[in-house]
Amino acid sequence: MKLAYWMYAGPAHIGTLRVASSFKNVHAIMHAPLGDDYFNVMRSMLERERDFTPVTASIVDRHVLARGSQEKVVENITRKDKEEQPDLIVLTPTCTSSILQEDLQNFVDRASRESDSDVLLADVNHYRVNELQAADRTLEQIVRFYLEKAKKQNNLPFSEEKIEKTKKPSANILGMFTLGFHNQHDCRELKRLLNDLGIEVNEVIPEGGLVTNLKNLPAAWFNLVPYREVGLMSAIYLEKEFQMPYVATTPMGVVETAKCIREIAHIVNSIDPTRKFNHEDYIDQQTRFVSQAAWFSRSIDCQNLTGKKAVVFGDATHAASMTKILSREIGLRVACAGTYCKHDADWFREQVLGFCDQVLITDDHTQVGDMISNLEPAAIFGTQMERHVGKRLDIPCGVISAPVHIQNFPLGYRPFLGYEGTNQIADLVYNSFTLGMEDHLLEIFGGHDTKEVITKSLSTESDFHWSPDGLAELKKIPGFVRGKVKRNTEKFARQKGIRTINVEVMYAAKEAAGA
Amino acid sequence: MSTALNETLVFECETGNYHTFCPISCVSWLYQKIEDSFFLVIGTKTCGYFLQNALGVMIFAEPRYAMAELEEGDISAQLNDYKELKRLCLQIKQDRNPSVIVWIGTCTTEIIKMDLEGMAPRLESEINIPIVVARANGLDYAFTQGEDTVLAAMAQRCPDICSEKIAKNNKENSSHPPLVLFGSLPSTVVTQLTLELKRQGIEVSGWLPSQRYTELPTLGDGVYVCGVHPFLSRTATTLMRRRKCKLIGAPFPIGPDGTRAWIEKICSVFGKVPEGLEQREAKIWDGLEDSLKLIRGKSVFFMGDNLLEISLARFLIRCGMVVYEIGIPYMDKRFQAAELALLEKTCQQMNVPMPRIVEKPDNYYQVQRIREFQPSLVITGMAHCNPLEARGIDTKWSVEFTFAQIHGFTNAREILDLVTRPLRRNNNLKSLGWSKLVKN
Repeated sequence: MKLAYWMYAGPAHIGTLRVASSFKNVHAIMHAPLGDDYFNVMRSMLERERDFTPVTASIVDRHVLARGSQEKVVENITRKDKEEQPDLIVLTPTCTSSILQEDLQNFVDRASRESDSDVLLADVNHYRVNELQAADRTLEQIVRFYLEKAKKQNNLPFSEEKIEKTKKPSANILGMFTLGFHNQHDCRELKRLLNDLGIEVNEVIPEGGLVTNLKNLPAAWFNLVPYREVGLMSAIYLEKEFQMPYVATTPMGVVETAKCIREIAHIVNSIDPTRKFNHEDYIDQQTRFVSQAAWFSRSIDCQNLTGKKAVVFGDATHAASMTKILSREIGLRVACAGTYCKHDADWFREQVLGFCDQVLITDDHTQVGDMISNLEPAAIFGTQMERHVGKRLDIPCGVISAPVHIQNFPLGYRPFLGYEGTNQIADLVYNSFTLGMEDHLLEIFGGHDTKEVITKSLSTESDFHWSPDGLAELKKIPGFVRGKVKRNTEKFARQKGIRTINVEVMYAAKEAAGA
Repeated sequence: MSTALNETLVFECETGNYHTFCPISCVSWLYQKIEDSFFLVIGTKTCGYFLQNALGVMIFAEPRYAMAELEEGDISAQLNDYKELKRLCLQIKQDRNPSVIVWIGTCTTEIIKMDLEGMAPRLESEINIPIVVARANGLDYAFTQGEDTVLAAMAQRCPDICSEKIAKNNKENSSHPPLVLFGSLPSTVVTQLTLELKRQGIEVSGWLPSQRYTELPTLGDGVYVCGVHPFLSRTATTLMRRRKCKLIGAPFPIGPDGTRAWIEKICSVFGKVPEGLEQREAKIWDGLEDSLKLIRGKSVFFMGDNLLEISLARFLIRCGMVVYEIGIPYMDKRFQAAELALLEKTCQQMNVPMPRIVEKPDNYYQVQRIREFQPSLVITGMAHCNPLEARGIDTKWSVEFTFAQIHGFTNAREILDLVTRPLRRNNNLKSLGWSKLVKN
């Protein structure tokens, strides 16, 4: 048992649901007790999703415990098959179903005989993997299932011996999915980047993809896996089965974006050596004149940031990229870089080697908080949790990674990847620090003195007497409306000619005011 | 579409495939209510993830609750439950020094049959802090019923009332025997309801729960109890059967009509003639007229997730609305008898058809019915709000009714503010001409 208040990565089934519900026309059925369908709320609220989330629960209740859930699960699958006619139904186990140890695979086999949809059991163990690992695994499972199915039915758009590639160079983008940190914006930016390079986008999965199109995946020249956490397993599978090369360098920051482009160019040129696209010119042009980030770090504003201390924490992809950007491209000192992706710790260490003073691998937020308060950095770049630590310690924080709030699903265009991404990151870094500086100056010069004045005007000496119970009640009212309540009550008392204000007068006033 | 006027209330039961919060969410309001408590939820990452997302910002305020997160070793019984819990509880005692630790049992502890009730007394005497066990799990309960399981367990811990005290009470306040109200409410609402009864010469001798665990009310034979929430049926049963209290079955003090009926019922039990209640109710209704204008004749559909539905529907019918359907997770017809009777009476007086009451609803079928009825307002959980709004249907997020102050005369406006907000908002936007925002 572990005493836990907060966690960075969710339980395994969330990862599976995120992948399943990102595909079009795929329905997930959770084998779970009442109330575990909280995923629908997250998707509907955080992503402000307009459509009903294609996730339902096959409820585990007392009857199920007594009788087993076979009938119910099979019935729920076939029912969903008729109601929504999805291409695929993914039966998703939860922590509850892991300990019930029912033969879910058997239910899936039975249900798939009775329904027109394909039916899959998500192969994830709740107690061994977290949300991100489960997402990676589920994506690979679905990709594998459809490619093997196509193979079996001899339905691949090419023969086994010779894979038919697209005429023009093309790429699949793997790992864009729902509730991902700025995923939609990143996806748009990557498409733009590939387009600039004269590369077509073959398939984007899972977000917005159709499972029936998965058989076209091998037609692309290569796979692009922008995030470390999700998509890598699928890319490795496709490399092994269909000899597809992949690029797993995250194009975040000026240097890494260039590196990613060079890797892409290398693959494309080796397949088609006649191609005459000068990617070095492109990188140079973008770096020096299109993206503002290179110029920004050279400008005198940025001089002030030199050597300032920062702490970075987040998922492996974003924390590693951010550490490199801060230290290599902006000249900050990263006192500590960390990630909660414990399963990927070795990769992370290798990435940030030489770019930070120390590395922190933990999924315990109190450890991160302690580290921050010990180091007292000038700014933090982390998740929503670090933002709150920063608030408490009065240190500004830029949010660079999930877990996130609704605020991190902006409507405006805010990619973190590609050249536009470098601009966004530069703004994020710069704004965090100037705010910190302003705060500091305010403190030195005594701050704005408006606070006192406002308080005074709200509590003008009145000729009313507040009884102790009235005062106590007034204190219970939240600070931001207390002044208004007090004024309204006194106004009411004045009208009624009441001199002493007690609780009863307060509520009488509230009722009279009708608010 | 069947629009035939129902003569009596119709009760139906569907498949139970509906969206609601897990009952462990009661932790979020109970730890704030009971100031010296600590809530330990014994469950998995799934429970923890739900709590941290459902409670949003509160989590960052160093709450007095935590997860005892079960790991693989706990499930396969490689680790000793008792030792593990002792270790965690000692840590809590050291860090927070609470007056009570409440263990919340979850689905997992049920399935692996962890004997929390058996372990608690042993550990309690060892670490010297009371441990209350509540099984608020998703296998058996929905959302607000979590509070019910906690209060039922807490009722057992209330000190016994001694006969001298009853005698003393009768001497000092000879007009009536002791009255304890049950149901967790913000302290301002507690004050309001207490005052309301005081006006009728009725003293409230205690609340379950109280502001602090150490101030739990005394209970026993001869104590009268009355509930303020419709979802407290287990607590009511415990109070009657185990603590020998007398239950006053009344409608719930939600809306001015409900509040008046609630007070009248308590008065009648104590043989008092209510004073000035009628005028008071009328005055509150007068004050609400501007809101009532907005909703009269409009229709409403409750998808059902928090068990407040019957009382809210009754109030809204009195406001002049038509209710198509009252979805509700669980319907205790005995505990809610007086509320159901008032609902029926209200329908007759307002001359509207009796609503269908659908227990354990099926959200898929409900959405079909909503498409058919096109109600003016759907009261539903967050999972369905945005998709319905995008289809041009006004919605109100039901969970807000659980967190807003809706009890008593003073807060009637609060309920109407919640109900009219989507209508007011969408009135403002109506002229823009884009109420449907999905492609089809």
